Amino acid sequence: MELREKLEILADAAKYDASCASSGTEKRDSRDGGLGSTEGMGICHAYAPDGRCISLLKVLLTNACVFDCAYCINRASSNVRRARFSVREIVELTLDFYRRNYIEGLFLSSGIIRSPDYTMEQLVRVARELRTTHGFKGYIHLKTIPDADPALLAEAGLYADRLSINVELPDPGSLKALAPEKDAGGIRLAMAGLRTRIDEAKAARAESAVTRVAMAGGRRAPAPRFAPAGQSTQMIVGADASTDATILDVSANLYGSYRLKRVYFSAYSPIPDAAAALPPAAPPLVREHRLYQADWLLRFYGFTAGEVIAGGEGGMLDLEVDPKLAWALKHRAVFPVDVNRADREMLLRVPGLGAKTVDRIVAARRVRSFRMADLARLRVSLRKVAPFVTALDHHPRGGLLDRADLRALVVPRDGLAERASILPAGLVARPVQLPLFAHV
Amino acid sequence: MFSVPLAAPDDFEGWREASRALVMAGVAPEAVEWLVEGDPVPLFGGAAPPAPPPDAPPPRVPRDFPELARLVARHRDPARFALLHGLLHRLQRERGLLEDAADPMVARANAMARAVRRDAHKMHAFVRFREVRVEDGAPAAPLPPPPPVAVPADPAPPRNARAVALALRDLGRLEEGPGAGTAALEAAPGAPPVPSPAPDSRFVAWFEPEHHILRAEAGFFARRFAMLRWSILTPEISAHWDGTEVAFGPGARRADAPSEDAAEGLWRAYFASIFNPARLKPDAMRAEMPKKYWRNLPEAQDIPRLMAEAPKRVAEMVARGATAPAGRRQRAVHVPALARDAQPAAAAGVESVMPADLLSETLPFPEAQAALRRDLLARNDLPPWVANATQPVMGEGPQHPLLMFIGEQPGDEEDLKGQPFVGPAGRLWNKALEEAGVARDEAYVTNAVKHFKFTPTGKRRLHQSPDAGDITFYRPFLLREIGFVQPRLIVTLGATALRAVSGRAMPVTKLRGSLLRDPEGRPFYPTVHPSYLLRLPDPASKAREYDRFVEDLGQAAATARGLPSG
Repeated sequence: MELREKLEILADAAKYDASCASSGTEKRDSRDGGLGSTEGMGICHAYAPDGRCISLLKVLLTNACVFDCAYCINRASSNVRRARFSVREIVELTLDFYRRNYIEGLFLSSGIIRSPDYTMEQLVRVARELRTTHGFKGYIHLKTIPDADPALLAEAGLYADRLSINVELPDPGSLKALAPEKDAGGIRLAMAGLRTRIDEAKAARAESAVTRVAMAGGRRAPAPRFAPAGQSTQMIVGADASTDATILDVSANLYGSYRLKRVYFSAYSPIPDAAAALPPAAPPLVREHRLYQADWLLRFYGFTAGEVIAGGEGGMLDLEVDPKLAWALKHRAVFPVDVNRADREMLLRVPGLGAKTVDRIVAARRVRSFRMADLARLRVSLRKVAPFVTALDHHPRGGLLDRADLRALVVPRDGLAERASILPAGLVARPVQLPLFAHV
Repeated sequence: MFSVPLAAPDDFEGWREASRALVMAGVAPEAVEWLVEGDPVPLFGGAAPPAPPPDAPPPRVPRDFPELARLVARHRDPARFALLHGLLHRLQRERGLLEDAADPMVARANAMARAVRRDAHKMHAFVRFREVRVEDGAPAAPLPPPPPVAVPADPAPPRNARAVALALRDLGRLEEGPGAGTAALEAAPGAPPVPSPAPDSRFVAWFEPEHHILRAEAGFFARRFAMLRWSILTPEISAHWDGTEVAFGPGARRADAPSEDAAEGLWRAYFASIFNPARLKPDAMRAEMPKKYWRNLPEAQDIPRLMAEAPKRVAEMVARGATAPAGRRQRAVHVPALARDAQPAAAAGVESVMPADLLSETLPFPEAQAALRRDLLARNDLPPWVANATQPVMGEGPQHPLLMFIGEQPGDEEDLKGQPFVGPAGRLWNKALEEAGVARDEAYVTNAVKHFKFTPTGKRRLHQSPDAGDITFYRPFLLREIGFVQPRLIVTLGATALRAVSGRAMPVTKLRGSLLRDPEGRPFYPTVHPSYLLRLPDPASKAREYDRFVEDLGQAAATARGLPSG
């Protein structure tokens, strides 16, 4: 088979993994030899028409697999064409793409062939060859196989910046039904093992750094690194009946338990050659987006899971408006908020004010009393915040917050926004897009 | 009106020097015209500004200003240097000015810095190198002098003139003259399926930045591709690297860069295959990869086709619906570890007919321990919070120990490692045990509740005490464990363990240090849980309580040694 054909098959098979992050690892570069650098910030080298960032060469070693997970295009009983890269082919493809500045590095995953140990051995060989033979300093993300020998996982962490294990589905019951060979308990155990190693390596490095300082830059080598960019996971949304409440609860638990850098949500999308056990159509992509927004509110805005979920109905988030706006619409009594007086926590709850903007407001109001034009200069969408804030020259019109049709007034629309009744001279709302893939 | 000339469009150092003097001389920003190579030329030249008085204090700036100013100085806006001068001027009186992001001048400077940063980030992302093979080795003839520098003037003649000349010779420009170089280039042959860089390769990119960023960003590429030879050509200026120093030369034209590369076919194939036609989001793509960059991105030429074909591909997928499973399946030659574990190694047939608590009496110790774990996992009425724990944490230690310690429940570290008493409280207990003169192999340690109960907060897991229902659920397992461990004496640590062993809620502080009997008549000895010692705020009471704890353990050991073995 031609290399190009293999690449097409094995990239196509890898595209259902949402992660393409290349950020948050240690700083290193090639001035002392080798090829490549990582400087902390992830870089998206291209964007595909699906809006996703292409940062890494994301391929499978092989799409042959002995597992039969119903949601996966590569399951044993699927009719897709199979292909397999040699270790050398992936290594050279990565280097050639990297030299041309197409990519930040490699995200390598694989179907399970022969045994978990054999498969993991192959993945580790690719990483080892890149790092040791070619002095590759770019980013490496390895998907790890939960059942593989812990010694292999330990070696993987020496070369990889990030390791990941997918929990696949929020509910262990549906995992059992759709992926008979996978085991939710085993996946958690593997994540626990990774977190322990990551924590230990970090502590050991911190200690050896202290000793080195004490020895005035002596010769003692730093402790070995282990996956400096941490671990992440992915959950498929919409392939089973789990509610958003369940999904957020599981993701909060995963963050807290295993210190995940990121829990990715991947809207189930129809795959060619689908299994009969799955829903025939995709859930709306916006559900995935709302989950990310909710996740952000939980992690950076001081919301609790209960509050976020209460913005919607029946354990599902409101698809029409973002979760912060949904919460605000149900808690009108706490608004309007005075941008000149309210504390940071309260400002964070105002729809249309992001965390950075809030920090800027708090800093600037030491020397300034805010008018709406001042907010506009901070790139705040006045249309969005107007009903919920007061400023020196602005009080929401009498009864606006009590109006039954407030929701209709603030819900974003296509094309020209309906804004006349809220602001005499507002701004057209800009679509707000969270940076999902670039910076973790 | 005064005029101040700057040497280059991004001449930050020149601006700094001049603006310091201007502020010291008290010249108002409105009275200064900044003359920059490459920017529109003003109609009337002004005089040279006055020299500052010798005793004038140098201007002071907040810590964030130099970085902001450096970025703003690279912006394309002709008013950038005047804006910076204005800010520097105001900063002498308004020290907190930069904090006020809503100030119109600050907002403008921030917006310009943001644009420059974004441009730099996009340059790191969207530069595409093409590999060129060149005749190398020592130059056969002495190099001709560098070509005349057109627009804009470099701040200084390139320090590494020879490197520039070498790079330009690689590009075929010296012989052919600007713009005619492509013909002389030989694109790297595509013969090997994956071409590797030959030692005589140069990687050349054509890029059109929006702002004056190449000089500032060349370092990024030098660090990343330190072992390659590369050139980045832009309309204003070019950068060349030969392994030691970045050399800057004159601007170039698109035609000066090679027009193809052997790896581009593979890259475009990758771009087309990694795209998921079922989730078309062209706006998200264009927001991050604006169209103005597309003409220099080889993969972008496929975008219109991919988008046009996507709906059809999805419709076909959906119309095909579910397909019959393939007849010839992938072959499995292994049983996953977990599947192996799920098969009880021993007594598989016995379990279904024998009551669980009778079974362990008849089993050897290790099997009894394994069976306890298995039976716990097999329960389908586990408390709901168990789903969030990693694993059950079972007891550890020898059979017939001198002491059997029963704690409350595993914590964060125990949950991760699957071993009891390995967290902070466990380490303290270990230390106290040693000080009390009890050998580690004389003690068996376990918990009343076998799973970690916690409240997740974004960052960490907060221990949550087990309630009466939890204690009741796990109690039969604990009693069974006590049954096969057969210690001489049980030591309960804390209220949960005391309740689990005695069967009712009792006050630890009142009972600690007394020898009690459980409902079945087995002796036990209550004391506090080591986590209580960790929570005490002041060091004095901490030390006192620790001593008391060690004393309790010693007392328990002494009592146990006097008891008949289990």
